[in-house]
Amino acid sequence: MIQARGVTKRYGDKTAVDDLTFTVRPGVVTGFLGPNGAGKSTTMRMILGLDSPTSGEVTVNGKRYAQHSAPLHEVGALLEAKAVHTGRSAYNHLLALALTTGIPRRRVDKVIDLVGLRDVARRRVGGFSLGMGQRLGVAAALLGDPSTLVLDEPVNGLDPEGILWIRNLLRALAAEGRTVFVSSHLMSEMALTAEHLVVIGRGRLIADVSVREFTDRASSAVVRVRTPEDGRLRDLLVGADVSVTSVEPGVLEVVGLTSEAIGRIACDQAVPLVELTPVQASLEAAFMELTQDAVEFRVDTDGGERGVERSAA
Amino acid sequence: MSTGTLTEGSAPGGPHAGLAVHLPDDLKVTQWRVVRSEWLKFWSLRSSYITLAAMVLSMVAFGVLFSAVTANRWPVLPAAARLRFDATDTSLRGFELAQLIVGVLGVLIVTGEYSTGMIRATMSAAPTRLPVIWAKIAVFGVVTYVVGTVTAFVSFFVGQALLSSQHIQTTLSAAGVLRAVLGVGLYLTVVGLLGVALGWIIRSTAGGIATLFGLLLVLPALGEALPDSWSQHIVPYLPSDAGQSVTTVHPDPGSLAPWTGFGWFCVYALVGFVLAVVLVRRRDA
Repeated sequence: MIQARGVTKRYGDKTAVDDLTFTVRPGVVTGFLGPNGAGKSTTMRMILGLDSPTSGEVTVNGKRYAQHSAPLHEVGALLEAKAVHTGRSAYNHLLALALTTGIPRRRVDKVIDLVGLRDVARRRVGGFSLGMGQRLGVAAALLGDPSTLVLDEPVNGLDPEGILWIRNLLRALAAEGRTVFVSSHLMSEMALTAEHLVVIGRGRLIADVSVREFTDRASSAVVRVRTPEDGRLRDLLVGADVSVTSVEPGVLEVVGLTSEAIGRIACDQAVPLVELTPVQASLEAAFMELTQDAVEFRVDTDGGERGVERSAA
Repeated sequence: MSTGTLTEGSAPGGPHAGLAVHLPDDLKVTQWRVVRSEWLKFWSLRSSYITLAAMVLSMVAFGVLFSAVTANRWPVLPAAARLRFDATDTSLRGFELAQLIVGVLGVLIVTGEYSTGMIRATMSAAPTRLPVIWAKIAVFGVVTYVVGTVTAFVSFFVGQALLSSQHIQTTLSAAGVLRAVLGVGLYLTVVGLLGVALGWIIRSTAGGIATLFGLLLVLPALGEALPDSWSQHIVPYLPSDAGQSVTTVHPDPGSLAPWTGFGWFCVYALVGFVLAVVLVRRRDA
């Protein structure tokens, strides 16, 4: 369980993370989503006590990370950049970490097998491919059998097989009752892996919801209608809560009516329909829509520059 | 390739079932465990062996060179030069180069972690951070003291053996000689630790090495440029001048007494570590 309460991090006059409050619960994979530069990595570093918040507090299982007597047993972390000395072998890297906490050697062998690095474990990490480096990072994260995992962009640079491996691993870890917190800027990846989402933009919390809720909330339930009599249908549909836009001649996009209702009206009024499609907002689209709101919100609070920022966006 | 092995050998369903199997109950970060970790970290890098070997070789080789050349030229050496000759200094002179090598290694054991990102793994494993500083001092201090002292004795004995061809050698029992030989090992140890402190403070390899060389080599040169009335009060207290007073049998009249000078040198290293502790605690890793 990870809890962030009013966490703010400033570097000089730049605010990287702004009054962030959220909870990551055990048992499910929680995606940490945001565009590049949104403050994801900074937040993860604060969870691990590498950066200290300017104000607010992050706790893991009720304590700040540094207050745990065996932190590797509480939280396993894979940080974005490789946190490994390139001159050391994978085995010695893991063993050095294990020694600090009294984790036995056979545990090191175990995680090396688990991530599939046995054949290269005695080789220097400097020669590792990006994918092997990520696997080593996962091995380090699992070393202390932590109840909480924090993984920053774990699929970066992995091949399709590696991506599938990470995805299954994360789900299995969550299914074992662990807290799994995974950042990504790839919505499509999170759609496949995560059940819950914490979304941030420009350091601020945008959403803390389930994946389903997230798409529902963002989706405006657009229905696409293709008809030769688009002018007549538009007049029939338009109302107080219904907006109709003409995308191209013969194609309308309707917001505010279900496809069922539109079909019924068209049938009653004998309007021939060529196509009637509810457009499900993808996670990607939902994300774009929500982060755009965040951008506009920020511009509002800054005042004055609204028009400029909008046209730029 | 390893998909599905997560829960291998474990009862399905229960929390932590897959990975808890092998872990003892006393998982805990202790100072001794961090020292063991740093010991492994030091000896698991090729650069540690190469740098230590370079230090040993340079010191012994220069001791051999100076001793052999002196012995060879002794019959033709003018009286004034004979008067300046010191058998101990001649055999130990190689430490002038060895100090730079050991200082660089000291900087590197810290900055190597910052440049590669390893520091984040280190600080995640021991998030109170200070145990890492103490552990690096302990490991590097012990290694450089042992290697430095053994090398000093080897240089001394080989040098004296070469000088004995002209019967100008000295022995450990002569006044001040044993102190000078042991002093070389101590001096090298503190130079290395000064490098470690600078590594923590500056965090960049180039910056750390430049600062160390500046302190050891450039400051004395600048000090010499001062008017005599000033320099005689300043130069003896500069890090390398103070520290090296313990390494020579007959210190210059103007320099500090051997152990007083070495004490000053230790104070500089201590100040470095106080600064390092303050910065490491406050800074983001």
